[in-house]
Amino acid sequence: MTITEKILAVHCGKKKVFPGELINAKVDLILANDITAPIAISEFKRIGAKNVFDRDRIAFIPDHFAPQKDIKAAEQCKILKEFSREYKLGLYFEVGRMGIEHALLPEEGLVVPGDLIIGADSHTCTYGALGAFSTGVGSTDVATAMATGECWFKVPESMKFVYYGKLNKWVGGKDLILHTIGDIGVDGAIYRAMEFQGEVIRNLPMYGRLTMCNMAIEAGGKNGIIVPDRITKLYVTKRAKRPPVFYNSNKNVKYIEVREYDCSKIPLTVSCPHLPSNARPAAELFEVAIDQVVIGSCTNGRLEDLREAAAVIRGRKVNPNVRMIVIPATQKIYRRAMKEGLLDIFIEAEAVVSTPTCGPCLGGHMGVLAKGERAIATTNRNFIGRMGHPESEVYLSNPAVAAVSAVLGRIGTPEELGL
Amino acid sequence: MFIKGRAWKFGNDIDTDVIIPARYLNTSDQHELAKHLMEGVDRDFSAKVKTGDIIVAGKNFGCGSSREHAPIAIRAAGVGAVIARSFARIFYRNAFNIGLLIFESPEASEKIKENEEIEIDAGNGIIKNLSTNEEYKANSIPLFMRELIVAGGLVEWTKKRLAKAEAMGGD
Repeated sequence: MTITEKILAVHCGKKKVFPGELINAKVDLILANDITAPIAISEFKRIGAKNVFDRDRIAFIPDHFAPQKDIKAAEQCKILKEFSREYKLGLYFEVGRMGIEHALLPEEGLVVPGDLIIGADSHTCTYGALGAFSTGVGSTDVATAMATGECWFKVPESMKFVYYGKLNKWVGGKDLILHTIGDIGVDGAIYRAMEFQGEVIRNLPMYGRLTMCNMAIEAGGKNGIIVPDRITKLYVTKRAKRPPVFYNSNKNVKYIEVREYDCSKIPLTVSCPHLPSNARPAAELFEVAIDQVVIGSCTNGRLEDLREAAAVIRGRKVNPNVRMIVIPATQKIYRRAMKEGLLDIFIEAEAVVSTPTCGPCLGGHMGVLAKGERAIATTNRNFIGRMGHPESEVYLSNPAVAAVSAVLGRIGTPEELGL
Repeated sequence: MFIKGRAWKFGNDIDTDVIIPARYLNTSDQHELAKHLMEGVDRDFSAKVKTGDIIVAGKNFGCGSSREHAPIAIRAAGVGAVIARSFARIFYRNAFNIGLLIFESPEASEKIKENEEIEIDAGNGIIKNLSTNEEYKANSIPLFMRELIVAGGLVEWTKKRLAKAEAMGGD
């Protein structure tokens, strides 16, 4: 079996599961945010269960329109808070403790290798980076799982992606995944598990792995996953709040499709509007002028991402035609960035630094685009109207390319700044 | 069960930000959400669509976010069913979970044109084009998913399951 099949089998009490099989499996952790939890809560009440299945395995994280951007958003957030109090949930994160959910849960060791996790947020697939089966579901799935501790799944076929060769300078997890989505398309892995392998992945730091698994959904994938190794163990050792279980994929296992990438041929990559699959080499897009730069999100708001952007922007100024918004993904990341002097570098460069929020990534708040405006962002989606007006545009990139573009006022590469 | 209505055609990869833009997600009110249905590609869609009408799209319908607001808005706008070449997986499970009828049919997706009169025999997965007298087959639905439809969605299905467990003295 593949690692995905093994985790699913264990959680439904079977020795073996097969792709296509429908199973009911036990979940280790359930999460929802201020957009999806209110519906989950009303559906949970409709079920009429006396209690939640486990008050320490339900995480409610108001991160999308929080800090509360308007009265309606405040009402939504309040629903989470009141339910969490009523049912004494152990994992409710108020603003101040809150971070972007998919950065916060791994950081806090609340998701661990071998887990089966569902979340009413499509980027729940992020935790595959730890060797967990983790997937986005809807609010009703969350509601029923809150009552029963179980969820229904179709066991996915697994697709193998092998990355070999030497990474080019400044190229990282974001470029690899944008390149991959560009190769297979936004439905290239529909209903499938995406298993990332190869020497490049074995040497890829955890933050790069989180970025890659985070965007599995943008290829239609059910989950992204990386077999845990020494890097995983190092990451989870001091954090894990529950005992991790390390699964691997059997050597003789059959994948429905295998794709191999020579990383020496993968350039700094930018996805152009309006699909993540419109991947192009960043160097070819030098004529694209930019109005806004966003560095943050569940995809690229981690400390290492901020370091990368700071390394570019240090001693430089944001172009006068550009507003640059930097959003550390969690409070811990925010503090570390402050202590390391990264925030100072950004502010000195005349960027703004925001409290953790998903905000602009989904056109919510803290950097919404006007008609005709164009952004380059380290986020995950560039659909029509994603960051604001239906006639605005979003280009997706890694943090270094986004920071260079902030300086130049157009899309550019670190090479152009002599980096 | 039969659904009959006019076809509204959409292309490939219709994402959830197009179906219901995130800026309207500061509410869970289904009628409020329905007012903005498909606003990303057709600003007046919610005013034009009539009860029972059918959305016909290409591949990967509903890709992107997990927001259940997307199938909820479609249902609340009165849309009778969605036919597509294929569906993104979270949208697919959300639709069954909330009881929105969806049909995978590459043939119907390709051949049906805007405004044509469509009738769907949901029980047998047969899509009739009353304007051209053509008939298309929808991909079959797994047994468990049929159970969900018959129960009226995942909440009702779960209620029954919990009641059964209780009657048997389980937890």
